[in-house]
Amino acid sequence: MGVQGGWPPAMNIVVLVKQVPDTATERKLSSDDKTLDRAASDGVINELDEYAIEEALLLREKHGGEVTVLTMGPDQATDSIRKALSMGADKAVHVNDEALHGSDALQTAYALSRALGRMEFDLVVLGSESTDARTGVVGAALAEYLELPQLTLAGKVDIEGRAIKVQRLTDYGYDVVEAQLPAVVSVVEKINEPRYPSFKLIMQAKKKPVEKLTIADAEIDAAKVGLANATTETVDFAPAPPRAAGTIVKDEGDGGTKVADFLAEKKFV
Amino acid sequence: MPHGLSTEHEELRRTVETFAREEVAPVIGDYYERGAFPYDIVAKMGRMGLFGLPFPEEHGGMGGDYFALCLALEELARVDSSVAITLEAGVSLGAMPIYRFGSDEQKKTWLPRLCSGEALGAFGLTEPGGGSDAGATRTTARPVDGEWVINGTKSFITNSGTDITVLVTVTAVTGERDNGRPEISAILVPAGTPGFSVGQKYSKVGWNASDTNELVFDDCRVPQANLVGERGRGYAQFLRILDEGRIAIAALSVGLAQGCVDESLRYAAERETFGKHIGQYQAIQFKIADMEARAHTARLAYYDAASRMLAGEPFKKQAAIAKLAASNAAMDNSRDATQIFGGYGFMNEYPVGRFYRDAKILEIGEGTSEVQRMLIARELGLPT
Repeated sequence: MGVQGGWPPAMNIVVLVKQVPDTATERKLSSDDKTLDRAASDGVINELDEYAIEEALLLREKHGGEVTVLTMGPDQATDSIRKALSMGADKAVHVNDEALHGSDALQTAYALSRALGRMEFDLVVLGSESTDARTGVVGAALAEYLELPQLTLAGKVDIEGRAIKVQRLTDYGYDVVEAQLPAVVSVVEKINEPRYPSFKLIMQAKKKPVEKLTIADAEIDAAKVGLANATTETVDFAPAPPRAAGTIVKDEGDGGTKVADFLAEKKFV
Repeated sequence: MPHGLSTEHEELRRTVETFAREEVAPVIGDYYERGAFPYDIVAKMGRMGLFGLPFPEEHGGMGGDYFALCLALEELARVDSSVAITLEAGVSLGAMPIYRFGSDEQKKTWLPRLCSGEALGAFGLTEPGGGSDAGATRTTARPVDGEWVINGTKSFITNSGTDITVLVTVTAVTGERDNGRPEISAILVPAGTPGFSVGQKYSKVGWNASDTNELVFDDCRVPQANLVGERGRGYAQFLRILDEGRIAIAALSVGLAQGCVDESLRYAAERETFGKHIGQYQAIQFKIADMEARAHTARLAYYDAASRMLAGEPFKKQAAIAKLAASNAAMDNSRDATQIFGGYGFMNEYPVGRFYRDAKILEIGEGTSEVQRMLIARELGLPT
C-alpha cells in the first residue's frame, strides 16, 4: 500500500484484465452461437494484462495509492483476478452477468465504462490487445465512453502531478504523447517485465476484497450488451488449416536470390 | 479424502513452473557447461520469495509451509537440478537449523537475509571419513576463553563457497558423554572468520551449476554464543533436519523424473525413424508410460510424507520410502530418457544428458538408498 493523503495525492489506478483461452492450447468457437467455447481450453490471464498490472504496481510503488483490478467475464475469470491480486493488486471488481455473454468489443467498452463510472480513479491501465479476439479497440472505445484522453500503445509511462506522458510506440520509433489525468493508457509488452507472484502475496490474495457486480449493480443497460445486441456479427468460422510444410531453399550458389524471390513472392520485401 | 493441491499451493506450483521454463531453461545449460554458479537466477528466485517459503513473515519468510518448498523444488528440478539443490540446501540446511534451533539473536541476525535469497547458508555435517554416521564426527570444537576453537574438515558442502555465502553451521565434537560417546553440537561459523577456509571446489559428475566445496577449520575461533541449539544436541537436531530434507530431496527427484517424461514426450512427437514418429512405436510408448508411472507414484509418496509431517504425525518411514522411491524413479527415468534420445541423449546440448548426470547423486545425498532401506527396516521393527 502506498502513501495515502500525501502530496501529490496518491493515485487510484484501475487495471483491466481479461481471462482468455490459453494460446498454448487449441482454441475453439462453439457451433451453436459462434462465441468462444470456454470449456474447450484452459483459461489464463491475457498476457498483455500482466504488463498492465506490472505498470500499475510500479506506478503505485512510485506515487502511492491503490491498484484495483476490473474484469468482465464469467465465473472462471476469478482465476485471472486471483493472478492479478497475487502479483500485488489491492482489490478487484468482477462484473459477471449472463446477459453479457457474446458482447463484442464496443459493448465490452460500454459495460466497463459503466463499472468505472461507479469507481474513483486517476488512471485506467490495460493491455493494448487480448490474445483471443485481438481487436485492440477496447482501450480507445473505453476512453470515448468515459470522455477521457487515451494514450495507447505505451512503451513508457511517466506521471508528474496531474500530467501523464507516454512514449507511444510506432513502426518508426515512438511518439511522445501527453495528457492530464484522469486518462486511459494501453500498454505494449516492451514496457516492463512482469513480476512473478510471491507465495506471501499468493496467500494474501484470497483475503483481498473482490466486489461482484451484476449488470443491474453496474447500471449497465441490458439492451446494449450481449450477443443479441452486438454491433458485430460472426457470420461463419472454420478451423485454421494445418500448418503447411515450409519451403527449404538449397543453396547452389543462388541461395540468396532464391530467398529474395521467396520473400518478394510473399510480399515481405 | 482430500484430493489435489490447495488453490494457493497450485498457484505457487504454476508460478514456479513458468519461472523454470522461462527464466531457467533457456540459460542453465551454459552455466552447467562452464561449471558456473547462476547468481542471476538465484537472485530472481530470491525476489520471488522461494528462499523464504517455509518461514514465518516475522523472519522475512513467506509464511508458507514445507510442502510449498517441496512443490517449488519439484518444478525447478523438472528443468534443472543445480538450481533446485541450491534452493533445497539454502532453505533446509542453511536457514532451517537456525530457524528451528537458533537463538532469537541468531534468527534476527541471519534469517531475513537468508529468506531473501540475497545470502546463502550451508550446513557442514559430512566429513572425509563419513556422512550419515554422524557419531563418527572428527571435527572438534573446544571451549576456550568464552570461544569455540574449531578444528577439522568437512566434505561435499553445498552453497559453502559462493560470493553470497554468509555462514556455515557445522557439527563438531564438543566433549564426551558419561557413556563415553562423543558429545556433538552444532556451531555457526560466519564466512570470513579467520581459520575457516573454503578448500577445493570439486569436479562433479552432475549438479555442475551448484556450489560444492571442502571446508577446512584450523584453530577457527567463534564466540560461545554461536552454539546453535543445545550443547550436545547437535546429532539429534541434525536427524530432524535430515528427515525433513529427505522429503525435499524426494520432491527434487520427482521433478527430475517428470522432466525426463516432459522431454521424452516432446522428442517422441518430433523425431522420425522409418517414416514414423518414434512416439508411434510401442517400444517408446511403454517406456514413457513406465516413466510417467514412476514419477507419479513417487510424487504420491512424497506428498504423503509431507502431509504427515505438516500434521505433526510421525513421518520418518514415509520420508525414507519417498526418498528411496523418488531417487529410483529419477535414475530409471533419466536412463530411459537418454535411451529414447539415442545419440542426442549423449550430447550435453539436450537436457536429458544433464538429467542423466544429475540423477545419480539422488541415490547418495541426504542418506544413501541403503541408509533409507536401513531406516525403513528399523521402522518395521526388524532387529538392529
